[in-house]
Amino acid sequence: MFKYIIKRLLQAVPLLIGVSIIAFSIMHLAPGGPLSVYTLNPSITAQDIDKIKVILGLDQPIHIQYLKWAGGMFTGNWGTTFFGGRPVFNVIVERIPATFLLMGSAMSIAILMGMFTGILGAFKRYSIFDYLATTGAMVALSFPTFWFGLMAIYIFSLKLGWFPSGGMFTLGGEEDALDLLRHLVLPTLVLALVLVAQWSRYTRSSFLEVINQDYIRTARAKGIKGSKILIRHALPNAVAPLIALAGVQLPWLFSGALVAETIFGWPGMGRLFVDSLTMKEYPVLMGMVMFTAIAVIFGNLIADIINAVLDPRIALE
Amino acid sequence: MKTNPSKLQTARTNGSVEFYETQIQRLWRRFSSHRLAVFGGCIVLLLLLSAVFADFISPHDPLDLDTSRRFIKPFTDIHFILGTDEMGRDTFARLLHGGRISLIVGIAAMFATVVTGLLVGLISGYYGGKIDNILMRFTDTILCFPQVFLLLILAAFITPTVISIALIIGLTSWMEVARIIRAQIQYIKKQDFIQASFALGASGPRIMFRELLPNAMAPVLVSATLNVANAVLMESYISFLGYGIQPPLASWGNMLTNAQAYFDLSPWLAILPGIMITLTVMSFNFLGDGLRDALDPRLKM
Repeated sequence: MFKYIIKRLLQAVPLLIGVSIIAFSIMHLAPGGPLSVYTLNPSITAQDIDKIKVILGLDQPIHIQYLKWAGGMFTGNWGTTFFGGRPVFNVIVERIPATFLLMGSAMSIAILMGMFTGILGAFKRYSIFDYLATTGAMVALSFPTFWFGLMAIYIFSLKLGWFPSGGMFTLGGEEDALDLLRHLVLPTLVLALVLVAQWSRYTRSSFLEVINQDYIRTARAKGIKGSKILIRHALPNAVAPLIALAGVQLPWLFSGALVAETIFGWPGMGRLFVDSLTMKEYPVLMGMVMFTAIAVIFGNLIADIINAVLDPRIALE
Repeated sequence: MKTNPSKLQTARTNGSVEFYETQIQRLWRRFSSHRLAVFGGCIVLLLLLSAVFADFISPHDPLDLDTSRRFIKPFTDIHFILGTDEMGRDTFARLLHGGRISLIVGIAAMFATVVTGLLVGLISGYYGGKIDNILMRFTDTILCFPQVFLLLILAAFITPTVISIALIIGLTSWMEVARIIRAQIQYIKKQDFIQASFALGASGPRIMFRELLPNAMAPVLVSATLNVANAVLMESYISFLGYGIQPPLASWGNMLTNAQAYFDLSPWLAILPGIMITLTVMSFNFLGDGLRDALDPRLKM
């Protein structure tokens, strides 16, 4: 097991290097490179730009620039913002709790509801419920989430007035848990919609595969109760691919959170990303891209290790 | 299509072609039994036709503005069936022309996705070894980035045109296709007819493009269809944020941007483009699902 974990960790290293190379090249693809924001400013002369280049080390050969930049990335020195000169690392890190709260609540709802409908669909295959659930999942997967968000605001905030239309706390109000919860409902709903659909589809197919296996038939033949077969025999076997799914879903979860945050003005990383995009804050954008990619790599690593702990056969392969 | 067993028996003894259902017939039988897929296919066909003949169908120019007729409600004016927007432009015409742009982007992006994915997967699967390793690590690396993040960064860097938007969507979504093709190629490569080609001294490109590729087309067709759906979604989102198709050119996404400002007053301006996006994406998804079931029942979810 220990050997397997070390092996998986080592496999993550080339991925991290690849991610940093791609992020670095994208930064240099930017019109005018990392200095474009200065070239747009009329009060900065060409000589000033040359000076800034020397200060930031942009006059050095490209591979040295990359090594310096990558070194900074792994030591937490992610540069400073163009406007305000704050460390990029801090700017991003302070947005993490809001995003993770949103992602966590949406993911819990998705796992609970998705697994429930998926399991029920698999056991009552071809029933009306199964038909409605699979078609419903397909429709949910086709919704443009940002539009779903707009409609949710229109119905639940503007017309019914049940939930606030944006933000994390009521302005000037008391910032307590209840207020937070009221603000959390709509963004969570929007983010969870597609996740529930994905989870129910994967759970259904994973369970369908398992319940046709011989050991389930044997358990049935022995006269074991249906609920016991489900919990003791089917569930542990069907759940393994679902843990891997949670890891694979991470990039999608970040993208989805970005969409939900921009619609609802939720002050998380996605909101920061879109704001930085309009302000052309390249250091923040690059930092965010690196952060999400690293989070995805580690998310997948953790999912693999959990799977290996649950099923030692994986570690032996 | 039901077949009568006794008729089949006589057909077989006579050696008639009736006994042997052709590939196309079998595909059609499987596909047409999938009701939602047929429904999806019909809608896709309608959408494509309306996009091609948008100029003939729409009663007005989508750019014709007249502030004396702003915010007409849908189904209240015979000349403007679906109403008008904040500049008095005909919503029906804008939906039609916006749909044309959205579908062009969707289909062009699908081609970019499929061609890139196909080449990477084919080369990777055929050559194997070091080349395979490098290409697949590259694919894994790109997969680490959340698509919307990459897409928005690239969209902010380029001048947005229909083609450039389609290209960047393709550039950020080919990885899945590459993986599918690679797995397919690795499987086909082991079969006897490929071994025979090797033994006969066929060249690499010949084996790749004449032998392997045609046999790997089924999953490509499926993911191409599903990719149109994804590309339409992506285009609408980046256009909604203002980094995609630029006004005055209408796309379903940027129609929603304007509509957001007049939400309380005229919600239908936001509802209609959203319904069109959902309908389009859903139809392509159903069609893709149906094709998957028809082409390879083993892949059925």
